[in-house]
Amino acid sequence: MLKVENLHTHYGQIEALKGISLEVNDGEIVTLIGANGAGKSTTLKTISGQLAPTEGTVSLDGEVVSGMLAHKVTEKGIIQVPEGRRIFPRMTVAENLEMGAFLRKDAEGIKEDLEQVFTLFPRLKERINQKGGTLSGGEQQMLAMGRGIMARPKLLMLDEPSMGLAPVVVETIFEIIERLNKEGITILLVEQNAAMALSVAHRGYVLEVGSIALEGPGKELLHNEQVRKTYLGES
Amino acid sequence: MGGSKMDIRTKVSSRKATTKQKIIYALIAVFIVLVPVIFQGIGQLFLVRIMGVVGLYVMLALGLNIVVGFAGLLDLGYIAFYAMGAYVGVIVGDVMLKTFGASFGPWVYFASLPIAALAAAATGIALGTPVLRLRGDYLAIVTLGFGEIVRILITNDVFGLTNGPAGLPRSGQSIPEPFGLLWLREHAVFSIGDNFNFQFSNNLYWYFIAVLLCLLTIFVVRRLDDSRLGRSWTAMREDEVAAASVGINITTAKLWAFSLGAVWGGVAGLTFANFQQFVSPESFTFMESVFVVCIVVLGGMGSIPGAIIGAIAIQGIPELIRGLAQSGILPLDPGQASLVSNYRYLVFGLVMVIMMAVRPQGIWPSARRAMELHPDDEKIQNEESQSLWEAEHKTDTADHDL
Repeated sequence: MLKVENLHTHYGQIEALKGISLEVNDGEIVTLIGANGAGKSTTLKTISGQLAPTEGTVSLDGEVVSGMLAHKVTEKGIIQVPEGRRIFPRMTVAENLEMGAFLRKDAEGIKEDLEQVFTLFPRLKERINQKGGTLSGGEQQMLAMGRGIMARPKLLMLDEPSMGLAPVVVETIFEIIERLNKEGITILLVEQNAAMALSVAHRGYVLEVGSIALEGPGKELLHNEQVRKTYLGES
Repeated sequence: MGGSKMDIRTKVSSRKATTKQKIIYALIAVFIVLVPVIFQGIGQLFLVRIMGVVGLYVMLALGLNIVVGFAGLLDLGYIAFYAMGAYVGVIVGDVMLKTFGASFGPWVYFASLPIAALAAAATGIALGTPVLRLRGDYLAIVTLGFGEIVRILITNDVFGLTNGPAGLPRSGQSIPEPFGLLWLREHAVFSIGDNFNFQFSNNLYWYFIAVLLCLLTIFVVRRLDDSRLGRSWTAMREDEVAAASVGINITTAKLWAFSLGAVWGGVAGLTFANFQQFVSPESFTFMESVFVVCIVVLGGMGSIPGAIIGAIAIQGIPELIRGLAQSGILPLDPGQASLVSNYRYLVFGLVMVIMMAVRPQGIWPSARRAMELHPDDEKIQNEESQSLWEAEHKTDTADHDL
């Protein structure tokens, strides 16, 4: 479904991505793990069109989407749930979700998806008229994911969904990621929390300073000695 | 919760007027029509003039509101569009007069109106394109520079079109009178008793034109606020990255804001030129841009009644004080009168400072901003404080429900 080939991205003179290639197949959860500054978020931002690659291509179902602006990439069905959640703080929960369906015209489908979001996140339904900015961190993450679901994505990209959340909330978020995937949404997940991410992912890629150092099935990487030492804090 | 079923079509405010509101609107309409007629009748022409000028500033404020209030782009050079509308309109009007002859005179204003609007919109895009990536204070500085560039170009008689500081029309030329003014001046004349002698005037004509244009602006702005474009502006104002990630084209949303905002500047500019029968660069200084921004901020960003109140407070009241002092209605000698008109800016600055400290949402905030700053539903307020409390205490209550 998603194919990234030899992606290079620069911030001015600094080369943040030094030729990344990865693939996400239909129905998979694929995770990208790595230390701070390894280029995880940069990869995601390049795929979503927030950054333009200097070299290489991103294609979705055979169509090249790299070089398109962010809103065009969204139109193609690649939806990013950005790092730090970035909900609309002064819009209500309902309005935030409505914004997620901005490009859609099918009123019936939108209603269905809204039902689904409220089933996944009952808390959001309780808070429907509350402003996004007054939600707790976990609720905001749910809202950001809900907003992503409202776009009916082909590929949902989650950038650090566990960031700054209490462990119990992180667990719920990951349960929901698995549930979304079972319902047919393909997911590309960027995470610092490598243990969590690898335990839900079908496959994973380990990034090191702008290149892919390791790749393999999630469970395999979870038991890989090098990964355990470097990212899971075992000695 | 919230009463609504699964439908999330949200509206900021209900648009249906109640009977009480209808009565208020009717009273306002009567006020808008009768008051200037009375002023004209009792010979206080400067009051009619001030009302006309306030009308133009309402239009400017509503136009800038699109850029600042809706899209959240701080534009400190808005007056450039006012200038573009005025100059392009007058120059094009002159060409029309030469092409179609003097008999076209009454139509010149109306025919140049769309051209002035388009010229301003094009200027808006010309400004918008290079500043697409700028935000906040950087954007403010660039737009400030842009406003000055336009003024300086005009002052320096660019391409020999603007006649420099002397202004337009050139000596020997004039801006033709619009359709109907001559007829009204001859026929709309009546007296009640000895002290009320009404004769339709130039000022009154332009006052009513300004009112009509304001109504049109209000209609368009309200529609915009409820539109898809309006919603994308709100989203963009809150978070550009998030807005792009839900599929909003930031480039077009910004350019629409700049160009639609500019249209009203241009329309007001040409009307101003006709009203004054004259344009010169000194009407388009940086201070004017600041005034318009102040009107928007003081009245309440994104709010239509706010723009009207702001225009009255910032443009109307100081002019009124000066007018009253100069016309001898206030018992002041000329020296004191000019003192009063100079001090008005001091008072005005003070009011702005106090306002920002005490009531930052403006005198009459828009429904959305009011909601942002003071949610009126107590239940929602409680929920919000509860979830804020939970967010703060998250770390020590590991087992709380999600």
